[in-house]
Amino acid sequence: MKRGVFRRKKREMPGLNTAALPDLIFTVLFFFMIVTHMRDVDLQVRYDVPQGTEVKKLTHKSAVSTIYVGRVPGQPADSFYIQLNNKLATMSDIKAFVESEKAQMNSEDQPRMTVSIKADRDVPFGMIAKIKEALQQSFALKINYSATQRVKN
Amino acid sequence: MPGLNTTSTADISFMLLIFFLVTSSMDTDWGLPRQLPPPDDLTKEEELVVKQRNALCLKLDANNQLTCNDEPMAIDDLSKRVEDFVANTADDPTLPELSVREVHLLGRCKVSDRHVIIVEVSPKATYDAYFQMQNAVVAGYNNLRNELALRQFKHPYSSCNAEQRDAISLVYPQRISEQALEEKGGES
Repeated sequence: MKRGVFRRKKREMPGLNTAALPDLIFTVLFFFMIVTHMRDVDLQVRYDVPQGTEVKKLTHKSAVSTIYVGRVPGQPADSFYIQLNNKLATMSDIKAFVESEKAQMNSEDQPRMTVSIKADRDVPFGMIAKIKEALQQSFALKINYSATQRVKN
Repeated sequence: MPGLNTTSTADISFMLLIFFLVTSSMDTDWGLPRQLPPPDDLTKEEELVVKQRNALCLKLDANNQLTCNDEPMAIDDLSKRVEDFVANTADDPTLPELSVREVHLLGRCKVSDRHVIIVEVSPKATYDAYFQMQNAVVAGYNNLRNELALRQFKHPYSSCNAEQRDAISLVYPQRISEQALEEKGGES
């Protein structure tokens, strides 16, 4: 029975050390948390964007600034307000807004800066035209009319 | 004392990672991209004279009624109209002139580079009506470009590379002129 003794002495392979695995994954997690652009503006205007068939996904999210146009709850239904960042604003604030947004972007994003207009369907076009003019004056020439996808019929 | 069992930390952080991956891609913005002309054009008066046959005049009045060359039109017919107008396949003398040009990848072909779609919108029209009009015009262009891509490159426009896209947009350039209809007395 000497062979049995030898069999008991067989060396077992140690398990792979996974102690560093959580650290690695945490690093990746933090990377994603920092890199992803979670713009949490608290919306003060209510809007319902139009539907279109030709809409495209907006790429380069870090180069996108948003102008919200819609109704404010508690205000008459036919008055529309502009929201920039977290507060209501007027037409004359748009230029300063575009400039500050542009200044915050890195040099790579600046040329492809896009302003996304999220406006309610019932906003009169005159207001949109004025916003467009203000954007034009501040050289934010790439714009995007925010909309949802409608299935082509 | 045995060490704390940390085997599940990896799983927990994986969960968090997946959560962030999923939520961060959820708020993607969809929309209709447009390019505004530089502000120099605004100060310069519209001196551009466009031949009657080269212009398609779209108007949207205060009641959201669309008129195309002063004829009332339903929004659903607009993209077809834009297609016919821009392509002018039959060389109709009432539709825009085509010029023959050398286009990279496509060789000599007819190019619709003279047409202009003039858009006039009343400030009282709703944004939705304006958006639907823009959408229909873009749909018209996209259909034409897609047809050309399928004919020439045997695959849709969306899967063309940048070079092919450039060639196609030379044949069917988007020429849309938006006039700011302001509440001024001068011109009607």
